[in-house]
Amino acid sequence: MSGPETSLFDIEEMEINFGPQHPATHGVLRVMVKLDGEKIVESKPIIGYLHRGTEKLFETMDFPACIPHTDRMDYVAAATNNQGFCVTMEKLLGISIPPRAAYIRMILAELQRLASHLVWFATHAIDIGAITPFFYNFRDRDEILDLFEEYCGARLTLNTMKIGGVPYELPDGWLDRCRKVADAFPGRIDEYETLLTENRIWKKRTIGIGVISPEEAIEWGLTGPPLRGSGVNWDIRKVFPYDRYDEIDFEIPIGKNCDTYDRYLVRVEEMRQSVRIIQQCLDRLPDGPIMARAPKVLRAKEGMVYGAVEAPKGELGYFIVTTEKGTKPYRCHVRPPSFINLQAMPAMIEGHLVADMIAVIGTLDIVLGEIDR
Amino acid sequence: MTDDISKPPEDTPMPDDTVKPSPEPSAVDTDKPAEAKPKVTDEEKAAKIAAAKAKAAAKKAAEENAEPKPPWEEKPVPPERLDGSDDPDVVALAEGVEDAVLSADRFAGDLTVTIPAAKIVEVCSFFKNERGFAFLVDLTAIDWPEREEGRFDVVYWMHRFDDSCRLRLVAVVAEDQIIESVTGVWKVANWMEREVYDLYGIVFANHPSLERILTWEGFNGHPLRKDFPLEGIDTGAAIYPDVYPTGGGPVVKPEQKTEKGEKA
Repeated sequence: MSGPETSLFDIEEMEINFGPQHPATHGVLRVMVKLDGEKIVESKPIIGYLHRGTEKLFETMDFPACIPHTDRMDYVAAATNNQGFCVTMEKLLGISIPPRAAYIRMILAELQRLASHLVWFATHAIDIGAITPFFYNFRDRDEILDLFEEYCGARLTLNTMKIGGVPYELPDGWLDRCRKVADAFPGRIDEYETLLTENRIWKKRTIGIGVISPEEAIEWGLTGPPLRGSGVNWDIRKVFPYDRYDEIDFEIPIGKNCDTYDRYLVRVEEMRQSVRIIQQCLDRLPDGPIMARAPKVLRAKEGMVYGAVEAPKGELGYFIVTTEKGTKPYRCHVRPPSFINLQAMPAMIEGHLVADMIAVIGTLDIVLGEIDR
Repeated sequence: MTDDISKPPEDTPMPDDTVKPSPEPSAVDTDKPAEAKPKVTDEEKAAKIAAAKAKAAAKKAAEENAEPKPPWEEKPVPPERLDGSDDPDVVALAEGVEDAVLSADRFAGDLTVTIPAAKIVEVCSFFKNERGFAFLVDLTAIDWPEREEGRFDVVYWMHRFDDSCRLRLVAVVAEDQIIESVTGVWKVANWMEREVYDLYGIVFANHPSLERILTWEGFNGHPLRKDFPLEGIDTGAAIYPDVYPTGGGPVVKPEQKTEKGEKA
């Protein structure tokens, strides 16, 4: 990459420190970048500023007590974190959940996906310089958070699922309000799209930026929209259906050009599909219990089990190891999608300009709470 | 006890009880049901037995006639550990790489193959190139401090796109043993191995840059080891590595601990 040691360019090359306190890094991400003028020669993300030892904490807590801690990992998508842990525990204990609980879970998870994608949309656009979408997105995200608040009392750290079902019955009138929000969304997504999709500046800033081929994407372990943006049709909800996703009709959007713009289109289309899933769940929501007949004190068998859900950022996996009759995980490892997606960043931004790095960080949709755990 | 012995003669005449100034009313109360019980037993017993019999019969009949209960109303049945050595991937591995399969089992639908740590790169490249496991989903470790055959399990969890099949490899590594890095097989293993090195202290040979990733450079100890204290260690460990031993060690120095104990 760099020329002979004594060349003029070597003198021009400089190393700068980007972050960890920089608003465009979406948290406390620090990137050491080696620049040649404004071109990125090399970059190295440095993480760990938000490390709280969640995995160590899991080892000291009963299974149900772990769930609130999963909220704090991907803090803009707490419901899918809960879902991942509960799905894995149910696999381990052999619990099958009642259909009503599964449908409520799917509604919550898809609302959460919408909310998370709205945060991505707003921050990604504002990083690149489009301020307007932010106001629309956060106005609409608030309605989703209101629904959460009504259901479980919290807006961000929801703690809204239990091993074996969901903790609460839906409040009166919640379904109608949820339907109202869901029915309004397709129009709103059109509205957001008018701001960006055909916007010339937006296209200039995103087309051909952060290209990663499907083979490379798999090699780097990308999951979620970054992988689908590269044209790989892969979604945990379709491949290993959990809860009742196998009963729902929805499509997996995939990109073609493997760049930031395609990943943008994939996520926007994913929002539409989420609305479709919510509408179908509301139509079909069955009656019945919301909790399976699970014992009060959960005791596991000796074994190791991996369960995964499609979180808004990608494949969120939990790897749980238990001892015979254990009430706590002996080891609980989280496979955070952001952590692994971020790893591909240096490969994606090499040779781009500094400003494009911001676009790539935005398009990977990272959350540092999940990366550092 | 003395009350009990004195009571029965007093108890028998009922009116006396009520007239009495009753210095020990509680004792009287407790005795009454004790005497009342045997009176009812014969009839009640028979009735109870009959009722229980009827109930059992009804339950049996209901169980025979009614449809099976939905699975969420049944008691959960935890998954069993099954033998996985007849799985085509395991058979292929046993044929493709010599002495690679130590054991194979299936638990909750997950196939786990235990392999010798020395063959990890050979086995991983075999699975990637010959069996189509193009995607490494997860790489982590487990600490078993008491285990004799080696302290750590290094766990690889890989995925094949063709038929959406997943497979787990477990390699047992002793505390001072070095395991080969698989970054040459899958690029994604880079940060995962750094994380395992950081949190467990397992060294991966031929890793391009084996540095700490979640804790900071100069941190002393490996937090996810079972002997690392949950409350953490004094951050002075980073500055005074000779005072704070590697692998965590006690938070408070021994002499300080005894002082505190005496005070308490």
